[in-house]
Amino acid sequence: MTNPILVDYLRWIVLAPLLGAAINGLAGAWLQKRVGRHAVTAVALLPIGIAFALAVKGFLQLLSIEPEQRFLLDSVSKWMHIGHLKVDMAFWLDPLSSMMTLVITGIGGLIHLYSVGYMSEEPSYWRYFTYLNLFTAAMLTLVLGDSLLTMFVGWEGVGLCSYALIGFWHREWANASAGSKAFITNRVGDFGFVLGMFGLFWALDRTGQGTVVFRELAQRVHLLDGQTIAGLAAATFVTLMMFVGATGKSAQIPLYVWLPDAMAGPTPVSALIHAATMVTAGVYMICRLNFLFDMAPTTLHVVAAIGTLTAFFAATIGVAQWDIKKVLAYSTVSQLGFMFIAMGVGAYTTGVFHLFTHAFFKACLFLGSGSVIHALHHEQDMRHMGGLKKYMPITFWTFLLSTLALCGIPPFAGFFSKDEILWKAFSSPLGSPVLWAIGTLTAGFTAFYMFRQVFLVFYGEYRGSPGGHGHGHDDHGDDHGHATTAHDDGHGHGGHHGDPHESPALMTIPLVILALGAVLTGFLNVPGALGGHHVFDQWLAPVIAKAAHGEGHGAHGAPAAVARGHGVEAAVEHEAKVLEHDLETVEHDVEDATWEYLLMAVSVTVAFGGILLAWLMYRRKSLDPSTFSEAWSGGPYRAVYNKYWIDELYDATVIRGTLALSNLLATFDRVVVDGIVNGAGWVVRQVSALEGAFDRGVVDGLVNLVGSTSLALGNRARALQTGHIYSYLYAIVIGVVVVMFARLL
Amino acid sequence: MEIGLNHYLVVGLLVFLAGVFTVLTRRNAIGVLMGVELVLNSANINYIAFSRFGTGGLEGQIFSIFVIMLAAAEAAIGLAIVLGIYRKFQTIDVEEVDSLRG
Amino acid sequence: MIYAALFYAIALFTVAGAFGVAFSENVVYSAFSLMATLLGAAGLYVFLGADFLAAVQLLVYVGGILVLTLFAIMLTHQISDVEVSNRAVGRWPALGLVGFVGIAMATALVRAPWKVSGEVVAKAAGEGTTYGIGDAFLGPFLLPFELASIVLLTALVGAIVLSRKEIRD
Repeated sequence: MTNPILVDYLRWIVLAPLLGAAINGLAGAWLQKRVGRHAVTAVALLPIGIAFALAVKGFLQLLSIEPEQRFLLDSVSKWMHIGHLKVDMAFWLDPLSSMMTLVITGIGGLIHLYSVGYMSEEPSYWRYFTYLNLFTAAMLTLVLGDSLLTMFVGWEGVGLCSYALIGFWHREWANASAGSKAFITNRVGDFGFVLGMFGLFWALDRTGQGTVVFRELAQRVHLLDGQTIAGLAAATFVTLMMFVGATGKSAQIPLYVWLPDAMAGPTPVSALIHAATMVTAGVYMICRLNFLFDMAPTTLHVVAAIGTLTAFFAATIGVAQWDIKKVLAYSTVSQLGFMFIAMGVGAYTTGVFHLFTHAFFKACLFLGSGSVIHALHHEQDMRHMGGLKKYMPITFWTFLLSTLALCGIPPFAGFFSKDEILWKAFSSPLGSPVLWAIGTLTAGFTAFYMFRQVFLVFYGEYRGSPGGHGHGHDDHGDDHGHATTAHDDGHGHGGHHGDPHESPALMTIPLVILALGAVLTGFLNVPGALGGHHVFDQWLAPVIAKAAHGEGHGAHGAPAAVARGHGVEAAVEHEAKVLEHDLETVEHDVEDATWEYLLMAVSVTVAFGGILLAWLMYRRKSLDPSTFSEAWSGGPYRAVYNKYWIDELYDATVIRGTLALSNLLATFDRVVVDGIVNGAGWVVRQVSALEGAFDRGVVDGLVNLVGSTSLALGNRARALQTGHIYSYLYAIVIGVVVVMFARLL
Repeated sequence: MEIGLNHYLVVGLLVFLAGVFTVLTRRNAIGVLMGVELVLNSANINYIAFSRFGTGGLEGQIFSIFVIMLAAAEAAIGLAIVLGIYRKFQTIDVEEVDSLRG
Repeated sequence: MIYAALFYAIALFTVAGAFGVAFSENVVYSAFSLMATLLGAAGLYVFLGADFLAAVQLLVYVGGILVLTLFAIMLTHQISDVEVSNRAVGRWPALGLVGFVGIAMATALVRAPWKVSGEVVAKAAGEGTTYGIGDAFLGPFLLPFELASIVLLTALVGAIVLSRKEIRD
């Protein structure tokens, strides 16, 4: 890590999509009108292809070097050198950012491809792809930036693009306000991020070592020891603030409210931004700053607690939703909670692994739901679906595979990643059985609501009205008007054009690829207990300051510590600790494996239990869902159905509060300030009138006596009271002259 | 004769006087604002001259930056007010705008 | 020698511009005379070693304020107006008053015991002032600097509120 290998192609990973966005943004409308949609498509897809190719090139180059040396740097230019702050526009590629880049460009590319089909009838086709490319560029900046400041540029950029894409169909009030909600909620988090960044720089600068560049931070972070900010240990303060930023971007309690509303955007956007990439920025950030979070156990406890709560509550809300995308949205919030549990117990690689697998299956689920929505002419209510299995087999099978992955059924990807998190939550020194228990319960809920969705959407009889499209009750009725006409002539269904139909190949191919990912990616990180080698963890090991807890400990811990440049002493000490820990783990291993099998069995059983319950309720219908919804006189169900009234709570407190304050200030302005001003004006007018009368009666007479020269002056003096600007100016200048001469003479 | 502090002060003085004269005689509100700009500029010339010949430091220049900043704000607000006046009175002759007369 | 001649040329340019603003009969001519003064002042700043300020002067004054002024002129006058648009009233009393101001200030100028250090500070002469000014703004002058940004924001909002058409509901 000490000597980065300098390269000069990383910048193009970011610049290519940015260029695409610029071309489509400036000339897209013209291209679409004169040359056709294909031109816009080419401009949008080509840069993503280039970025993906370069990401693969970087990945291969990293593979070809020693694990401890895996670190490419592309320094583009000097950016900000102010005082001790020295930041360059530079991009770096290490195992972590390489993995993220591959996900963003790979899955992002598939979603771009899918969008070509999904948005084919959209009039502002070019605008959509401009935003999408811009988003990709911003997300890549976030991931590749080599300092907190560069990361922040991307951090804000993705927020902006998310806002633009949520409100993409901005002519409808609900969509526009959902965009604003996302933007404003994110601002709250960003404020925390900025405070954390400032605090970190400030605390380090007190020792003369201020920096925001990651690789320097990793070496200097020990300087924070013993420092305090606002009464908290510096590391705790900084990490807490950073975590506030993460809760905003990654939709955790208390700032998760924007994500479900974000489903107002086009479905591929939900897949790309609100499932696979942007919302994982918080997880990425914590993993990137793992050396800092390691210094603050308090923050880690908070992270784990918030993650657990979010995972659980979001899962319970998901149980009662009828909107196909809302279920997935709450599921995303819940899964992000899982990732934060992993972060909170110090299992950074495990959390990132879940991020990786989740990106595949959640993107596939969203795209699948998009395929359904597309087929049903923008119908999103699951009560009006059903039986789609026979109409759209590809969508069904990919959706089913991803659902199995999400539920954690072996051997699909989610099983490996989620189970690993649960295991770490149980076994890590920072974890506890309580975290594990709630997590497992949540997994059960997840299995239930996902299979409830599968059964409602794909099984049974089609409950939509044939030929009926654009149902009135659809609260995300995106663009009914043109969708209707588009499908009338677009698919030639003639008399029964309301029948569901499989989506075009452009949309199903990405589905198939992502479903393959959902099935296979889990095998990248098979735990030792199942005879695997933790390939993924080892790949990320150089990034993590402290080696992962549990297996594979000794192999990478010590070199990483040395690489961090802690000095020989620290390294020796560390090695001693590692040895000690290794001994412990060896002792534990025998017992551990048994525990691990046991916990796996429990969580898989719980997941199957959830599936069984869903099957009984929505497929076999031998269990009436209302027996649950009516339980305890329907109280819990209503709470869940209304999302615990959190939106209403925020509306009543934060939003009403702000409005009330503004009204109060406005009233104060109107009554008090205006009153004073008006009163002063009135007084001046009265005095002026008095003086005017005095002028006319007395002064004029005197002036006439003095003669013609004083007449001019007298007239000026009278003019002082007339409300003309220049009379006041004269008064000022005369006053100045008098003062000056008084001083000089 | 070498160019010294007094040379700059004289230039500043002349610009200042021209500014004051403009402010006093113009009846066009925009003209008055231009006079104010002249006055502010003369102050800046003095500031920088003092900074260069007096202390040799940068304080004078920093103050000039604040003056320029205020001048920008003043110009923006002033001209906005002028446009408002024009909309209301259809003129910007300060002699005809006298609603505050007693 | 060339240095002195150049200084006198620029000084003359500046002062001539200033008088142009004061005496011109057409407000557009006034505006262009103002530009001459502002350019001249920028030149003087260069003479005084304030390179950064000269740049700021060009950007803010010539590029910003003057353009704004011209816009205001265009918006408040008919383009075809050729008549005297810059009425001046009461020149003689004003001249008298300004004369007094001039005398007072000139006296002060002559009498005051200016402390001249005479040293050319290395910063001003050699490496440019930008670095020092940037440092000062983020150091001892941080609070005024931040306040300035608030003032500018207020001015921005104020100008928009003042100049837009009133919307009555």
